[in-house]
Amino acid sequence: MYALIDGNNFYVSCERVFAPRLVGKPVVVLSSNDGACIARSNEAKELGVKMAQPWFQVKHLERSGGLIAVSANHELYGDMSSRMMAVEARYAPRQEVYSVDESFLDFTGVRDDLVATGKAMRAAILQETGLPTSVGFGATKTLAKLANHIGKTADRKPGSYPAHLAQVCDFGRLQQHELDALFAATEVGNVWGVGKRITEKLKAGGIHTVLDLVHADAQSLRRKFSVTLEKTLLELRGTSCMEVDDAPAPRQQILVSRSFGTAITHVDGIIEACSEFTSRAAERLRGQGSVAGAVGIFFMTSPFRQQDRQHSVNVTVPLVRPTADSAVLVSAAAAAVRAQFRAGFNYAKAGAVLTDLRPVGQEQGELDLFSALDDVAATPAEAARAKLMTAMDALNHRFGRDSVRLGSTAAASSTAEIRVWATKQERRSPRFTTRWDEMPVVRT
Amino acid sequence: MTTDDFSDGAPVGRDATAPTPAARRTSNAFGSPGTDSTVKRIDLNDALIKHPDATFVMRAAGGAMHGAGIEDGDVLLVDRAVTASHGAIVIAVVDGELLCRRLEVVGAKSGRAVGQARLVAADSETSPVDVGQGQLEVWGVVTTVIKSLTF
Repeated sequence: MYALIDGNNFYVSCERVFAPRLVGKPVVVLSSNDGACIARSNEAKELGVKMAQPWFQVKHLERSGGLIAVSANHELYGDMSSRMMAVEARYAPRQEVYSVDESFLDFTGVRDDLVATGKAMRAAILQETGLPTSVGFGATKTLAKLANHIGKTADRKPGSYPAHLAQVCDFGRLQQHELDALFAATEVGNVWGVGKRITEKLKAGGIHTVLDLVHADAQSLRRKFSVTLEKTLLELRGTSCMEVDDAPAPRQQILVSRSFGTAITHVDGIIEACSEFTSRAAERLRGQGSVAGAVGIFFMTSPFRQQDRQHSVNVTVPLVRPTADSAVLVSAAAAAVRAQFRAGFNYAKAGAVLTDLRPVGQEQGELDLFSALDDVAATPAEAARAKLMTAMDALNHRFGRDSVRLGSTAAASSTAEIRVWATKQERRSPRFTTRWDEMPVVRT
Repeated sequence: MTTDDFSDGAPVGRDATAPTPAARRTSNAFGSPGTDSTVKRIDLNDALIKHPDATFVMRAAGGAMHGAGIEDGDVLLVDRAVTASHGAIVIAVVDGELLCRRLEVVGAKSGRAVGQARLVAADSETSPVDVGQGQLEVWGVVTTVIKSLTF
């Protein structure tokens, strides 16, 4: 059996641990640039705030509905996450941390009463970290995730599912007819890996509920959709296709993008932003031991500002030889921005994407070929650059992001826009658990 | 590391977990007496924090806990894994705020309902906060007070 444990409205819950006055109030957490709602308390959901909804669309609820907005405090969430994961890890021999607030536990061979175990674990997490969670048990990861969804929904919306499934839901102790009833009452879009587009296609084909999907023909699903959806179906029927600790495949692309706090109109601002995003992507690239064969940049105006003229640029630059060298990637990105930039627009968002990824070393053949051709030996100079990159990553890791940056990342410019894209966090709470000078203050 | 590294014999800046030069020389010559039990400098985290994942650091603001040795500006280690019992110094949630007080659980002899709790200050002026049965919300238990005498 697998368990999936996840934090309820995790970011909001982290804020509430240190600010109990937020308990019971409608709260949203805004993305780094205060642009969109990335977490909502149940009360905020009830006010009608949608996931990822732009802040300006719901701002009026501050006055009319008592909505409270805070800026994302990722340092706090990261630390609270590691505390939560550490408590969970005590309950099963194997744990796979799936996201900041979700982890799978593998209970294979464990004979305990899993509902009791789940309740004990949930209580321990709540006591030790202050974070409320939901726990789902199932024979496969997909079933555990679905059980979690049902446990959480049964808790949040009484009457949606049988009350005894709230908070901790174990499919393993249900009869087949009980499971079928749950599946029939659950929309197919709630299944792990079934996204919006697939949901629409499935519904067009008459598959509306999880039960419809379970009864669908595996082979025709595979033909019409993908092997992945067939795997999902098999998992729903109880056959494990995804193991805990499966090494994730190297990512096929690395994307870093951000909306700007204030619109950027000048070319230097866009270059600065794209250079920074490319640097960050390059750091992740080196972190996974890959090189990129192409670097793409994009920048665009805001479709939400209908009074503005709209313009968007998205361009990919293939590289002569794949690299993980920030300097090469950044200068390619900067050159692309310079070539594509058009003045007179209020740019609201930009990003960098590294594609054509492959493991370091696999490019060796080509590299030697090119070295022979242009006599640009892949040699002491390149080895030294690789060392520089390693040192840079280590310094930034140790002393915090941006301790060391390439000269070209901080484009020399006199415009005031130069750092306006940098995180705008007007409402961020203190980093309570990671900064000595920001610890919570208690009245004594 | 070669023996040249510590030819001056000065252990300044050496990793606290590394054996001393003398220990190394000895172990090189006579097998390994003592190399397995690495000497480790006192670590305050180990000494003071029993449950690292459940322990939080807070700063005291106010003078009402003076009698319990907690003064304005002191740093408190707060353990959420410890269950609060009668007499413990706790962080409680009162009216949506964090409050540091001594916990008194009302017993049978008091004449009041058993299970009621009272949050009591440690000075003569501040009045206690009575908490109805089932209403007490303890955030954590204060296990250690850190006072800085020099800065």
